[in-house]
Amino acid sequence: MKLLDLFRRKKKSGQYIAAQRLRLVLTHDRANISPGMLEVLKDEIIAVISKHLDIDTENVIVNLTEDNRRTRLVADIPIFTNRTRKTDARSKKGTPGTS
Amino acid sequence: MAGKIITISSGKGGVGKTTATANLGLSLAMLGKRVTCIDADIGLRNLDVMLGLENRIVYDIINFIEGRCRFRQALVRDKRFPELFMMAAAQTRGKNSITVEDMTRVAREAAEISDYVLIDSPAGIEHGFRYAVAPADLVLIVTNPEVTAVRDADRVIGLLEAEELAPAQLILNRFKPELVRRNEMLDPDTVIDLLAIDLIGIVPEDSMVFVAGNQGRPVALDEHSRAGKAFRNIGRRLTGEDVPFEALRKQTFIQRLFGSR
Repeated sequence: MKLLDLFRRKKKSGQYIAAQRLRLVLTHDRANISPGMLEVLKDEIIAVISKHLDIDTENVIVNLTEDNRRTRLVADIPIFTNRTRKTDARSKKGTPGTS
Repeated sequence: MAGKIITISSGKGGVGKTTATANLGLSLAMLGKRVTCIDADIGLRNLDVMLGLENRIVYDIINFIEGRCRFRQALVRDKRFPELFMMAAAQTRGKNSITVEDMTRVAREAAEISDYVLIDSPAGIEHGFRYAVAPADLVLIVTNPEVTAVRDADRVIGLLEAEELAPAQLILNRFKPELVRRNEMLDPDTVIDLLAIDLIGIVPEDSMVFVAGNQGRPVALDEHSRAGKAFRNIGRRLTGEDVPFEALRKQTFIQRLFGSR
């Protein structure tokens, strides 16, 4: 999207909304997965991966993307590592009842 | 050499399939081509009215398929162009009275005596659509710049691709340049991009189309109609001529910058 478009589309135009809705509908039609089904899929993916890895379930994103009529299921799953856990602990420092 | 068989389809109803078929038939006839238009919308025929030939029908496609008349007898000759013919759909029968093989036989026979055979497909993606696209060398998909119509067009394109039927090209019909300029309507580039299909023409909204339909005199015959010109250009593109797209397709950079006409 061009920079100028960003300014002009601040108040979302009918054209912009139509294009976004169309894009979403086509992606789901083509993959034959409804948005609700995608949510179910996401929950099940989280359940499976949680058995083996410590994941940040709050921030999992499961989406369909598309380029040139090729549809992909893209899952972005943040994992807690030693480092991320440490920073998590640090940020929690000072909250009552942790010391 | 047998003529080219082109099916006009859409998925959604009411987007202008029959209008496109009638106008492209006339446009090709105006270029001196031999054309046969076949109304495949059994039970809901309308191509005859669009072309202004409703009073001349003696036999229809089912009569021919059932052997009640010869092929030539089932053709109605246009009063304006002696090399333009129409085969009417049956009005009192259903889509199930035609098989894929029947339609293929009719289209091939028409191609023997024509440069172009245009098949006006019924709406939907069921049996009527399937027999209409079966004999096609090319499918023209008509859509409007609306989410619903584009969605249905995508389904049709998907079916054609999945079953490896004929290649498809897009006619964007009832396009309103003013609405696109005001960012109120899907713009052609977005539609073509999302559908991932080649464009063969954009037809602007034109109240003359409505008037022409009522009079049985398609707009392609009207020198002054913008839609008529767009259809004539599509006709020329079908014959292989390289006709530049009308300026309404894309705004210039300056226009985009100021968001104006």
